[in-house]
Amino acid sequence: MISFEHVTKTYEGRKALDDVSMVVQSGEFCAFVGPSGAGKSTLLRLVNCLIKPDSGTIEYDGDDVTKLDPVVLRRRFGYVIQSVGLFPHWTVAKNIATVPRLLGWPRKKIDDRVEELLLLVDLAPSEFRDRYPRQLSGGQQQRVGVARALAADPYCLLMDEPFGALDAVTRHALQGELARIQKKTGKTVLLVTHDVDEAIRLATRIAVMANGRLVQYATPEEILAAPADPFVASLFGGEAASLRLLKVRRVGDWAVADGAPPVQSIGPDETLENALARMLGSGLDALAVSDPGGGPKRVIRLDDLVRRTR
Amino acid sequence: MTVLPRRFGAEGRAAIRATVLLMALIVMALAMSALVPLFHAAFPELERPVYTRAGFMMLLLSHIGLVAAASLPVILVGVGVGIAVTRPGGREFAGIVDTITAIGQTFPPVAVLAIAVPLIGFGAAPTIIALIVYGVLPVVDNTVAGLRSSPPSVIGAADGMGLTARQKLFSVELPLAAPVIAAGIRTSVTIAIGTATIGSTVGALTLGSPIIEGLSGSNTAYVVQGAVLVGLLAVTVDQFFAWLDARLRRHELNQT
Repeated sequence: MISFEHVTKTYEGRKALDDVSMVVQSGEFCAFVGPSGAGKSTLLRLVNCLIKPDSGTIEYDGDDVTKLDPVVLRRRFGYVIQSVGLFPHWTVAKNIATVPRLLGWPRKKIDDRVEELLLLVDLAPSEFRDRYPRQLSGGQQQRVGVARALAADPYCLLMDEPFGALDAVTRHALQGELARIQKKTGKTVLLVTHDVDEAIRLATRIAVMANGRLVQYATPEEILAAPADPFVASLFGGEAASLRLLKVRRVGDWAVADGAPPVQSIGPDETLENALARMLGSGLDALAVSDPGGGPKRVIRLDDLVRRTR
Repeated sequence: MTVLPRRFGAEGRAAIRATVLLMALIVMALAMSALVPLFHAAFPELERPVYTRAGFMMLLLSHIGLVAAASLPVILVGVGVGIAVTRPGGREFAGIVDTITAIGQTFPPVAVLAIAVPLIGFGAAPTIIALIVYGVLPVVDNTVAGLRSSPPSVIGAADGMGLTARQKLFSVELPLAAPVIAAGIRTSVTIAIGTATIGSTVGALTLGSPIIEGLSGSNTAYVVQGAVLVGLLAVTVDQFFAWLDARLRRHELNQT
């Protein structure tokens, strides 16, 4: 658990953070979104003590981070930045092994861990282990960056716009990988991004920042359905927010009992967006909701989508 | 320079060149005295066309010894000072150090000799001092430039992952700056090899001895003999640094 209490930070007379209080529970995927200069990165850098607050406290599992040895603290977090920052004179394997080596792990354990992590980020160990960063594409470099951050099994991942410099296709692929890795490892993740779609896709909770203040802190669905103020509403797309809602809601939660037999079916865990796309593509106005548990027959209907997602 | 097949790579080609030059240097130093007929033919007007006061191998080793005795402290001091003024605590001294080393570089080595000889006498010592004063600047300059050019993203990642200041310096900053630092040492040592010859004016035994005696006694053959060996020594050492440079830049090769 990471908690911020009344945190304030001033840079040259300008308030970068203004009385921010929030709690990120363990296992949560928390995204910080907001315009440039909103204080997102500042908040992240406070957690591993790269900067110190002017006032207020940041605690991780009950310990005040400013009271801990910063070097020990930082090794407990995985840190990923937009510019990746791989060590150019070290091979991929040595880069990934950075923190384990600092912690003095035995060699065999490090080698096994590197192999495991390369597989986790979908890079073939035999092909990539001995390459230098310059021999990798941008997307591959960031995969190594994520592996390096995960190496010593950190308490939490701190990610500062990790996919901001990548092309759209690579970014989408890596977001998918990150979601999979987070599900698999159950790590707490703090992600700074200015891409609201990235936040919606990955986060379990989103913290919306503006001018150093925490404007809203809620699940993606809550923010899309009930933005706290006009700023949040416009950040999440104004009217188009209802389209984004289709991405976060699941078919199973919106299906209704109905005996009429539609021709096509869809799984309960699919998003409403996929359901709508299927209806648009097939010209049907209802889909059967398949239920592996064999419960009562249900359908999802176009007019329910339109009426009820309002 | 010799054209060598590409399959050896930059590092291998530099290693081969350095080895060939080193062997040429040794052969020349050993064989110079045996070339009496050759120099007789080339300089018929000279009675004694080959320098005999000291063996050429002896001159070469003494020359190398002088340069090494000067370069070792130059490297230690130069790199040390360069590191110190790029640390948070030493940053304010950067300007002063720049000025001092620049003055050292503009001060002609001959002038240093002129001041040093009355103080500590003739021989190798004043020569070594002159070489040190003259050689520190490129090493300090390149160390500072190399350390300052560490990519901010790499430094940021090192900090964020919990490297201590010492670990960051020795395992990240210095290795990344190494090619630039080595280039500064290369400049300094190459200059020292040439400059050491003037040590013979104050009694140091160097490859400059035949050159100086040849100049004062109008014996061009002596000048040629000394100059050929100094030149060969300089390109040999330079080639060794070329090899070192390629080695230090291994990770920059094979870009996709």
